[in-house]
Amino acid sequence: MLASEREQLKAEINKMAKKFDYHRSGLIPVLQYVQNISRHISPESMQDIAEAFKIHPVEVQGVVSFYSFLSIERKGKFVVRLCRTISCDMAGKEAVANQLENELGIEFGETTDDGMFTLEFTNCLGMCDMGPAMLVNDDIHTRVTPEKVADIIDSYRNRFGAHVTHGEHA
Amino acid sequence: MPNKDKSTKFGSDRAPASSVVASVEVAKNEKDLGAMVAVSIDGNEIKVPFGTTILDAAKKLNIKIPTLCHHEDLKVAGVCRVCVVEVEGQRTLQAACAYPITSPMTIKTYSSKVRKARRHNLDLMLKHHVGECYSCFRNNNCELQSLAKEYGVDFYRFGHDTEPHHEIDRSSYSVVRDMNKCIQCRRCVRTCIDLQEVGVLEAVNRGPDLDIATFADMPLGEVVCINCGQCINRCPTGALRANDPSDEIWAAIEDPSKHVVIQTAPSPRAAIGECFGLPAGTSVTRELNTAMRRCGFDKVFDTNFTADLTIMEEATELLIRLKKALVDKEQVAFPQFTSCSPGWVKYLEHFYPEYIDCLSSCKSPQQMFGSIIKTWYAETAGIHPKDIVTVALMPCSAKKFECNRPEMQDSGYKDVDYGLTSRELAQMIQEAGLDLPNLPHSDFDDPIGEATGAGLIFGATGGVMEAALRTAVEIVTGVKTEKIFENLDIIPVRGFEGVKYMEIKVPAAGPVPPILSKALGGLKDFSFLKGATLKVAVAHGTANAKKIMEDIKAGGKFSECHFIEFMACPGGCLGGGGQPIPTSPEIREARTRAIYAEEKTLYSRKSHENPTIDRIYKEFLNDGPCGHKSHKLLHTHYIKRGNKIV
Repeated sequence: MLASEREQLKAEINKMAKKFDYHRSGLIPVLQYVQNISRHISPESMQDIAEAFKIHPVEVQGVVSFYSFLSIERKGKFVVRLCRTISCDMAGKEAVANQLENELGIEFGETTDDGMFTLEFTNCLGMCDMGPAMLVNDDIHTRVTPEKVADIIDSYRNRFGAHVTHGEHA
Repeated sequence: MPNKDKSTKFGSDRAPASSVVASVEVAKNEKDLGAMVAVSIDGNEIKVPFGTTILDAAKKLNIKIPTLCHHEDLKVAGVCRVCVVEVEGQRTLQAACAYPITSPMTIKTYSSKVRKARRHNLDLMLKHHVGECYSCFRNNNCELQSLAKEYGVDFYRFGHDTEPHHEIDRSSYSVVRDMNKCIQCRRCVRTCIDLQEVGVLEAVNRGPDLDIATFADMPLGEVVCINCGQCINRCPTGALRANDPSDEIWAAIEDPSKHVVIQTAPSPRAAIGECFGLPAGTSVTRELNTAMRRCGFDKVFDTNFTADLTIMEEATELLIRLKKALVDKEQVAFPQFTSCSPGWVKYLEHFYPEYIDCLSSCKSPQQMFGSIIKTWYAETAGIHPKDIVTVALMPCSAKKFECNRPEMQDSGYKDVDYGLTSRELAQMIQEAGLDLPNLPHSDFDDPIGEATGAGLIFGATGGVMEAALRTAVEIVTGVKTEKIFENLDIIPVRGFEGVKYMEIKVPAAGPVPPILSKALGGLKDFSFLKGATLKVAVAHGTANAKKIMEDIKAGGKFSECHFIEFMACPGGCLGGGGQPIPTSPEIREARTRAIYAEEKTLYSRKSHENPTIDRIYKEFLNDGPCGHKSHKLLHTHYIKRGNKIV
């Protein structure tokens, strides 16, 4: 990250923290914001956030590492989260998982080299009657079949070309 | 914290969920309606104040409930589930340490359900507790080990890992972290974040992946750790320990070409007996001297001598600052902070680097001692300083870091070679086959064994301040301090209150004693201070230090202080991170009593009356306190470290 970008992000963090009256209950919204903007929460950002809330950086890290939707490592522009809980599993999640790995050329837990897609498993999405279910950023896809995988992935690839600056998402 | 008042329910203070949600305020007045609740524990009836935990209620009935994550100094966590008990009407077992009694209830502490659950919880902890008892420094003093014995663990129900899953972190000069032995009770986390407010350790990740980690998983030597070692004193197992130099020290002792000198700080002598089964607060000064000689140390000296020297230097520094501000009208940094506690020094360097000029430039007594040994003592004893090994017996783990600071080499050699904690010396004494409590008495060696009571009370919180005041008041007013403070006891700076504050009116002005005339630029008397009010404060534990620092930042009453004593550890050095384990408020109080009692027996209780101090300023540091030579050997500088580590 460029120094100027970091300064900008820091200013934004402080602005948000102020909105929450610097109370630590504002920590999660700020973390979600930073995650959205820079696709991860870097140790530098954690320090800035800790400073804004007057808590310790390691406490921020404790929160970040606790939640699956917050991450220290940089995620792809699109995070594909496939449900691995029992109903989706029985509805054929394995085949979808294989197809996803095939399509993106990565394994679960990895990010594509171009930084576009991250592949992850998730626990129940509450779509048990419409499995296998899959979440791409905030979009839910249900009754996913291996045949549909390519179309879904392509629709994201096409909608957001390489020219799209990060921070924008579906 | 900025808005504490607005947030009483959840509090901006960090608190584990259990202590926020489940804790209720304990009733203060027993006579109020509903203030007392009747409970029955194992068939014994008792009335306790509303909000008392089951654990505390059981204690009143002398019923023992085992605990592991609970610690008297720390907030409630309720994570280890060893203290579970059966509460009638509750479906599940409840953690006694975290369950407040708010209505009459019947509790069973030893049903078979309870026993089974406790045993299971222990078995689960033992599964991931890698390391064996023989090779552990906590062998026989380990809370997990004694619980395993108490609950008759005879096999590992859930298995027992033998392959270490973590690398041992030896990056810090002071603290060694072996996370293989960690049982995730979070005592260190609560010590670091709540008790000390340093914030190095925290639980990261979730569920089976949970770890106690530093920020960005950096080694302990590279984070904002102040080396206070309070986490070591509170760890129930051997996951945290001090960096033990005893092998190197044994080697030096056995090397005939080395002259090994040990200096002993005031606090270990009041505590080390605990390692030999003596009750807390038993002073073993003179037995300890014999023990160290029998271990093979060539000379046994008293750090209290350099504590006296520190007082001379630090009081002079304060007078110079006052003179500069009031007579010369120069800009000087006030208040002056003490610099004896290396934990506090590093805390300031990390968290308040902008106040570094306030820190007294005096080295701590340990380091002054080192440079005096390798210069004056080497000269008078006719030993080459390269052949001298100085060992410092300290109640402190941060002293290990301090003696390794690169700037601490003013004698031309490493001033202090090894910092040794009370625990490690106890181990050495045991290795030598000595029975400390029953050894004959002996005195310190000359010439650096002569010390006053002022040096001795450095060990307790408020001690440095009291010692400094005894000397400064006498110098400034020209009146004997006893005439101003009865029995030389300056009570307002003593005791365990977190932050202490005191004002002293200067009633008279005495002449500048000849020893200080050079340092004070030929000033004739202290009339510039007559009628002035000297404001001083004392804080112990870095959480309390933080309170004062925030107040100074905000321009509050402490910013008008002239002199503030800070100690990194709760209770001062007596509660240091190198002292015998366990620690509790009662133990620290007993040690303090021992120090103040011993102090009364000494021939003098004012630093400037120490004849060897007189001698050293005549023979060696002959340009007086804060003179050129003492600046070279006894003063130091600090580093603005800041708290940004990535």
